[in-house]
Amino acid sequence: MEGLLFLTFATIAVLCALNLVLQTHPISSALSLIGVLGSIAVLYLLLGGEFIAAVQLIVYAGAIMVLFVFVIMLLNTGAEKQPTRKIVVTWISLPLLFTFIALAAMLIAQQVPKTEVVTFGGFSGGTTLSVGRSLFTQYLLPFEVTSILILIAILGAVVLARKEI
Amino acid sequence: MSVYYSSTDHFVLLPVILLALFGCATLLFDFWLFPDARQRRFLVWFLLIGEAFAGVALWRQQSFLNQHGGSINAFNGSLVVDGFSLYFHWIFLATTTLVGLISYRYFEVREEHHGEYYGLIMLAQCGMFFLASGNELVTLFIGLETMAVTFYVLVGFLRADKRSNEAALKYLLLGGFSSGFLAYGFSILYGISGSTKLNEIASAVAARDPFDPLLFLAIATILVGLFFKVSAAPFHMWTPDAYEGAPTVVTAYLAVGSKAASLALLVRLLTGALSTAHAAWEPLLIGVALLSMTVGNFAAVTQTNTKRLLAYSSINHAGYILLGLVARNTIGLQGVMIYILVYAFMNLGAFLVLTSLASKGIAGEDINDLNGLMQKSPAHALWMLVFLLSLAGIPPTAGFLGKYLIFLGLLQSGHYILAIFAALYVAVAIYYYFRLVRAMFTQKQENAVAPTTSLGMKLALGVTGVLTLVIGVYPEPWLRFAQWSITR
Amino acid sequence: MNAIFSNPWFLPLAMTLVIIGVVPLAVAYTVLLERKVLADMQVRLGPMRVGPHGLLQTLADAVKLLLKEDLIPAASNKGMFRFAPVISFFTAATSLAVIPFSRVFHVVDVNVGLLVISALSSVGILGIILGGWSSNSHYSLLGSLRGGAQLISYEVALSLALVSGVMAAGTLSMTGIVESQLHQGVWFAFGNYGLMFVPFMVYFISSIAETNRAPFDLPEAESELVAGYFTEYSGFRYAIYFLAEYTAMFVVGSVAVTVFWGGWLRPFPNVAWLAIPLDYGGPLAVFAATGALCLYLVKQQPIKAYAVAMVVVGLAFFGIAIAYLIPAFNAPAVPVFWFLLKLFVALYVMIWLRGTFPRYRYDQLMNIGWKVMIPTALGALFLNALVGMLRG
Repeated sequence: MEGLLFLTFATIAVLCALNLVLQTHPISSALSLIGVLGSIAVLYLLLGGEFIAAVQLIVYAGAIMVLFVFVIMLLNTGAEKQPTRKIVVTWISLPLLFTFIALAAMLIAQQVPKTEVVTFGGFSGGTTLSVGRSLFTQYLLPFEVTSILILIAILGAVVLARKEI
Repeated sequence: MSVYYSSTDHFVLLPVILLALFGCATLLFDFWLFPDARQRRFLVWFLLIGEAFAGVALWRQQSFLNQHGGSINAFNGSLVVDGFSLYFHWIFLATTTLVGLISYRYFEVREEHHGEYYGLIMLAQCGMFFLASGNELVTLFIGLETMAVTFYVLVGFLRADKRSNEAALKYLLLGGFSSGFLAYGFSILYGISGSTKLNEIASAVAARDPFDPLLFLAIATILVGLFFKVSAAPFHMWTPDAYEGAPTVVTAYLAVGSKAASLALLVRLLTGALSTAHAAWEPLLIGVALLSMTVGNFAAVTQTNTKRLLAYSSINHAGYILLGLVARNTIGLQGVMIYILVYAFMNLGAFLVLTSLASKGIAGEDINDLNGLMQKSPAHALWMLVFLLSLAGIPPTAGFLGKYLIFLGLLQSGHYILAIFAALYVAVAIYYYFRLVRAMFTQKQENAVAPTTSLGMKLALGVTGVLTLVIGVYPEPWLRFAQWSITR
Repeated sequence: MNAIFSNPWFLPLAMTLVIIGVVPLAVAYTVLLERKVLADMQVRLGPMRVGPHGLLQTLADAVKLLLKEDLIPAASNKGMFRFAPVISFFTAATSLAVIPFSRVFHVVDVNVGLLVISALSSVGILGIILGGWSSNSHYSLLGSLRGGAQLISYEVALSLALVSGVMAAGTLSMTGIVESQLHQGVWFAFGNYGLMFVPFMVYFISSIAETNRAPFDLPEAESELVAGYFTEYSGFRYAIYFLAEYTAMFVVGSVAVTVFWGGWLRPFPNVAWLAIPLDYGGPLAVFAATGALCLYLVKQQPIKAYAVAMVVVGLAFFGIAIAYLIPAFNAPAVPVFWFLLKLFVALYVMIWLRGTFPRYRYDQLMNIGWKVMIPTALGALFLNALVGMLRG
């Protein structure tokens, strides 16, 4: 069951990712990205990271992508023109791409022993409680420093975008 | 050690807390007390007082280390304060203070004087702190991003200037891309060790073959990310554009602060967690160092914009510093530390002189703008001469010391060919630095606009100039400091 | 037979079927309720023609919508135009899956239940934005821009207000939140010496904005934008948007009931001697009163068929009231009764607000969202954390 779900959503994620690159209209690309993020959330869920899965949906698929789509709509961008591809480029890049993927797969298969492969449901640290615990003890410092980072980002947006400062 | 916030944590983090507080205070008081742009120069006092407080906190850490030796671990090993990180913290402190001192006049002249600037540079210094002190991947990455995001904003600070906007966008896009590489490498390191702590990663790396594909992938991607940040070729493409477009004071800060902080991380990784895998990264480092020196030197020869010229020169310097890491011995490492220190002062000084050339309506960035500086303001011209000599690495100045130690390190570790190359490139460097000298001393004065100065600029010029000379003439205490910093 | 009932998949599947079957019907009668209540507030009668007291009006409306021609504007982005209403309804209806109607009657009890609802509602905004954008019409685009901005703004306050409740409960599981109200012996709306009422108010106001209802109904302001983001929709797709909107109302109402009003718990859940009078008396009073009302109205019916129908409906209500007196039925059914009663009150208040307040201007809407709701929610969060900590 879990293997089947994994395969389904992994395939959806890859297909959406491909679609994201191939689409010419920004809105379609943004929607494909939502598909990718959503299916990755399901993969997190399968692995036992339920909190991360929910947060992935809220933050990425929800807030960020909605803003993306919103901005694309406001800018009213049309479909982009596809540059004409040279045949040579296609015929060189595609085999290279597949070789790269095959090599990467082989590498991972060799490097990671069967005993270390992740099993579904084998991970119990994904609950809200354990995420909160490690966030406020072990990773307290980076968690707090992130607030400075966000402050800088807000400050930067205000400084660069406001008419009068 | 408590899992919660302990007194040790507070002791270690205090400089950052103070800086962040003063940075935020700057933002608040900017619009409470100083609604008028002409009053904003008082905000420099916030910066100075904040840095003074941070300095006291750092001094307490240093005296603690002097008494007890070793290092202080805080936040369950996320942060470590040792000689190495303190050395860099002092550099960041000095750099930020000097940049703050030269900034207010520059921004007044360019009519973009906003209080947020001082808050931003203090927050950037917080990011640098974590880069030098971080001992854990997440902290390091967040620190790097804190610094980087600040610089994306600062580079685009001249909002009315198209070049500044363009530079900010380029830097943002490429910087985000390189951060992605770094995060990818970090994630693989976490994958092979199961921990984000550098100490535990070190033992996991030591257990593996250096050419183990996963480890190699991790090292390569991390190095790509960091080479970008230290602007080493072939990841230097953003450097000339960002340096040219950014406000000159920000360029100075970018060239000195950002580079030193990224080098701190690079040195800590390569001499610490990844030191056992040196067989894998050494060839990469050699190639990048040679390419940086080549690109930096030969591209600088043809530049007519002084900021672009100094950008290529900074690529060149990145190459030298990386060579010091290739040597992998104490002298080489000492050379790296001294080089970073010296580079901070001489480069800041050089940019300071360029800053003073900017006046109302004149960017002062062309090489011709230096013409006749000797007649207009002998003090500026003479100090600039000192900085340029030091950048080129001519003996009585400090620049020579760093290069000398790195050559020595290379010779001791048997990299003769590299040493010869590095020495030969000094000759090329002398050529293009002397184009600036020639403009200052021999070219005719065309217009009688005196350089812009202010009390802060004079002060900063004096400090950087004197230090550049003093480190060169009397290197003994500085060498001891560098030696202290690398003994763990 | 017993094997089927005890199968762990039985209850979730059965509940799913019940939800899918009942929700459209419930939506239909909520619409009728809304029209009737509004009419009453405006001293009108409301729909009276179809069925006794217009009881079949919305069914007729539904049939009409289903039979209408399905128009797709020529200049629209066809695929997305078809897809957008589905996003809206899917996310709203899926949220119902984690809502516990009682300790046993729920589809699933996930331990991040509240987060699932937030996640689905934040994805649901896409349905509005895409529906408006793909229609390729000015009104639709303006409506969806307003809708997107409004929903994003109020989601912040909404989530912050919920955090107070989660903090008091110590869990994100919807069942767990209700159980902890049972253990603490207080509905969270009155928790922390009444301080929790502030986040509840923030939640309720924001949730009205989240469901695009008056006085925050700018995305579909009839007087300015025809019908807002679904101006170009007709027939069944329009009905789906309608369903989605009212289902979202049920969801936010259920969340309010679960987090702040004790979910399926009766009033004073810890006072043992009140168990018999409330658990038996409550349903009896409500259903018997409704039945009596139906029988009272029989005399006023214009035709005989309506009168017969009213008698049947009235007797049915009496039947339910009597069924609640049987302990074997009462035990599992009374929590559902309390839940639905609270939900009904929440829906009634939403309709009441619609009948009372005029629509806000757009800048007022944004000011309320960012400058009133979010600071209030943050302040309430801080105070509740403080008080909760001091109480131990």
